[in-house]
Amino acid sequence: MRPLDEDETTQVLEKLHKFVGSNLKHMIERQATDGLDSKPGGFCFRLHKQRVYYVSEAVVRRATNIAREKLSSLGTCIGKFTKSGKFKLTVTCLDLLAAHAKYKIWVKPSAEMSFLYGNHVLKSGLARITDNTPQHQGVVVYSMSDIPLGFGLAAKSTADCRKLDPTDIVLLHQSDIGVVLTSSSRGCTLLNAS
Amino acid sequence: MFSTFRVELNETNSLFQFVNFASNFVMALLPGKGGKKRKGGKGTPTKSPGKKSSKYDDEEFEEVSEEESPVARRGKGKGNAIEKKVKKEVLQKAKGKRMAVPESDSEDESDYEPEMDDDSSEEDEDEDAALQKLGSTRELLGSDSDDEDEMEMDDDPMGLEFSDDESESEKELDVEKKSRKIDAQKILDEKDAEAEMQLNIQGEADDFSLPTAEELEEESKRPPDLPKIQTRIKEIVRVLGNFKQLRAEGSDRGDYTKQLALDLASYYGYNEFLMNMFMQMFPVAEVVEFLEANETPRPVCLRTNTLKARRRELMDVLINRGVNLAPLGKWSKVGLVVYESKVPVGATPEYMAGHYMLQSASSFLPVMALAPQEKERIIDMAAAPGGKTTYIASLMKNTGVIYANELKESRLPSLSANIQRMGVTNTIICNYDGRKLPGILGKNTADRVLLDAPCSGTGVIGKDPSVKVTKSGEDIVRCAFLQKELILAAIDMVDAASKTGGYIVYSTCSVLVAENEAVIDYALRKRDVKVVSGGLDFGRPGYTRFREHRFHPHVANTRRFFPHAHNMDGFFVAKLKKMSNTIKTTPKEDNEPEDTAVAEEKDNGEAVVADEDTANTSAGSEDAEDEGKQNKTKVQKKKRKKAAVQENGFDRAEKTTPSKDKNAGRSNADDNNAVKHKKVGKHNGTVDVKKATSKNGNEEGPERKKQKNSREQNGSEVRKKSPTPTKENVATGAKRGSEDQRKSNISPGGQRKQFNSKRQMKPKLRRK
Repeated sequence: MRPLDEDETTQVLEKLHKFVGSNLKHMIERQATDGLDSKPGGFCFRLHKQRVYYVSEAVVRRATNIAREKLSSLGTCIGKFTKSGKFKLTVTCLDLLAAHAKYKIWVKPSAEMSFLYGNHVLKSGLARITDNTPQHQGVVVYSMSDIPLGFGLAAKSTADCRKLDPTDIVLLHQSDIGVVLTSSSRGCTLLNAS
Repeated sequence: MFSTFRVELNETNSLFQFVNFASNFVMALLPGKGGKKRKGGKGTPTKSPGKKSSKYDDEEFEEVSEEESPVARRGKGKGNAIEKKVKKEVLQKAKGKRMAVPESDSEDESDYEPEMDDDSSEEDEDEDAALQKLGSTRELLGSDSDDEDEMEMDDDPMGLEFSDDESESEKELDVEKKSRKIDAQKILDEKDAEAEMQLNIQGEADDFSLPTAEELEEESKRPPDLPKIQTRIKEIVRVLGNFKQLRAEGSDRGDYTKQLALDLASYYGYNEFLMNMFMQMFPVAEVVEFLEANETPRPVCLRTNTLKARRRELMDVLINRGVNLAPLGKWSKVGLVVYESKVPVGATPEYMAGHYMLQSASSFLPVMALAPQEKERIIDMAAAPGGKTTYIASLMKNTGVIYANELKESRLPSLSANIQRMGVTNTIICNYDGRKLPGILGKNTADRVLLDAPCSGTGVIGKDPSVKVTKSGEDIVRCAFLQKELILAAIDMVDAASKTGGYIVYSTCSVLVAENEAVIDYALRKRDVKVVSGGLDFGRPGYTRFREHRFHPHVANTRRFFPHAHNMDGFFVAKLKKMSNTIKTTPKEDNEPEDTAVAEEKDNGEAVVADEDTANTSAGSEDAEDEGKQNKTKVQKKKRKKAAVQENGFDRAEKTTPSKDKNAGRSNADDNNAVKHKKVGKHNGTVDVKKATSKNGNEEGPERKKQKNSREQNGSEVRKKSPTPTKENVATGAKRGSEDQRKSNISPGGQRKQFNSKRQMKPKLRRK
């Protein structure tokens, strides 16, 4: 486990910025409420076995005595570095993204299952979308009962969405919680996102 | 024919009632087997006083009494004859009644008499005649019911006069005849039924006897006859329930229980070992219930993830989706039990979003007992697949830190996935052997520890029926050994001085005593802990006595759960409070692990005081100072100490020299036939040295005091190792004599060789 170096940090933050935009500042400077230390620390990123974890500093300090081979995970895993060095967000980051997301999409119940199976969201499945969503912006997908289902890229901006045919794609699927069921090992491999 | 009777019956309902009345009347009049109770007939309303009637009565009664007994004793071959007889009886009663009344109507009587006596005459004629009479009787009765108000004690108080109404009765004869036949048949049937019941009762009361050896052999050759085995099981249970009365001669209780064990094992598919264990644990009737309950799975339960959802809202959502569920019970605020569901409960979007977790009801209990507080430091030693860990996290509201440890790497992904899915952020997942965790995470550091120990799984046979056949005595012993090691590690990790905690919860999904109470008892002996109540009201208290075991009375604070009693998986939960961080010094017993905490201290370089003891060990190797050996020898020393204490009843003096780690005054010790070397923890840097003298008593006092002082100085972690001679040495005092001579030749401090007649010689090496 080690902190991220510069390149890695930029990559991670860029990706996150796509989804949360200016809320990124909030995300990083969040005060940890775990109450472990007298002075609440913040959150930090740590790299361990090619995966990036978002953990409170207090917890990180308490994980230092665990051997590298024996440490499996800590806090929340937000993504991983591929073999070619690119950073991808995983679905486990969803809670964090949903908490700070700027652009959201709501999906009709009929299209819910389709999205959870990994398909893109079509215009016919689109129920609601936040205004002024630029194109290729990272968007978090919600169900009508406000359950975060996953995230993806907006294929079209909000304005363009209105002009689309019902069969046109509005959201490019990147990751969804259905991976819990659809992946062969029940979500444990944490399928990649973007 | 019968059907026609029935049809007519409906039509002639009122008549039938009269017939019934008449026949019942007659039946009531008749005495039992006793015979002539109504002799004389005076005072009975239906019979008028007079000799004639009494005569007839007597005759009639005699006949009846003779005939009644054949009915009662009736076997299967007597049917028709008896039926005829009974019918005759009925008719005669009817006749007799009428005859009894109109004593004045001698004409009528004379008419009837020949019919009565003529047994061989065609019965139909008799019946017809009788029915006629009965019919007329009824009519009379009917007519006379109006007259009852004016009842005068005349000759026929019932007013059963025949002469007047005979002509009228002729019209209804056929119908009446048939209804009387039905009546007679009914009486017959009743008698038959009673007779059969008597037979049945006799049949049941017949002794159930155990199958003989030949029968058993035959059965073993054929495939198991399940219904037969089941009835036999029921029979044996019944017999054992009322053994005094129902036992067969020549079979004692043990035979019955043995046979029952075999039958249950073959019927339910258990191996012999497990069946015997269960029969030892439960009374006979409860064993069957328990085994039955193990055949079916317990209901599926969910736990609401309070980090993301509320139970009420979740219930509404799931019910909308088509899941039939209800709150789990008063004892849980987050539990839901699923009765049936249209959609797969593990595939709803809510599940995928981490709003709830599929978990068995019994898995709630250890976490409820643990009661983790916010901002605490918790360790879950066997965390996969993560149901309990996530419950702990939700109770802590993501504050504090949880170490979730899992030994098997293959189970880590599911643990990780569940933790991520449920939105738990304060958890560190590691992959260690639980026994090594204290070394990694530190001793006396955690606030609470949860140990859901790996076990034989005898409580969850409903989920995994393979347990029935795969578990043997060795498996259980191995499990218990591992559990004891783990519980010591768990206790060692907890900080007794924790402000908010200091608790360990030990739980298993097993019902066997060896894995539950025995392990807790072991922990109580080895560490300074106390069993406290876990706050679980329901559930049976743990056993403080079981067969030959006698456990600490506090073990009753633990809780046991059974599938047949609580409708949840078999489970055991115990909550321990760590009172202090000291480690007790007790002699090691069989089948118990070497205390790793102690071993670690030794490994850290405690002074090995008595090297000569190593020579006495059965290991017999040359290098007595091997680290690995050290542990062994310490084990053996403990054994010897225990043995010595047992044999001699007193502590032995310790003999050590500061410069050399060998016993100098061995000969003296041998004289006393009891040597006990006490080691003091090296970390204090001093080694107590005492020379044994011939008078153990005198020496021991000051020695002991010294030891105690050193213990206090050293703090809480002093370990005393008391290497003692082997049992053999202790026993063979005579041999010592010869050894002494040899020893005396050796100068103190030099290399010494202990001569153990049965053991090899081991040279002593100097230690630093």
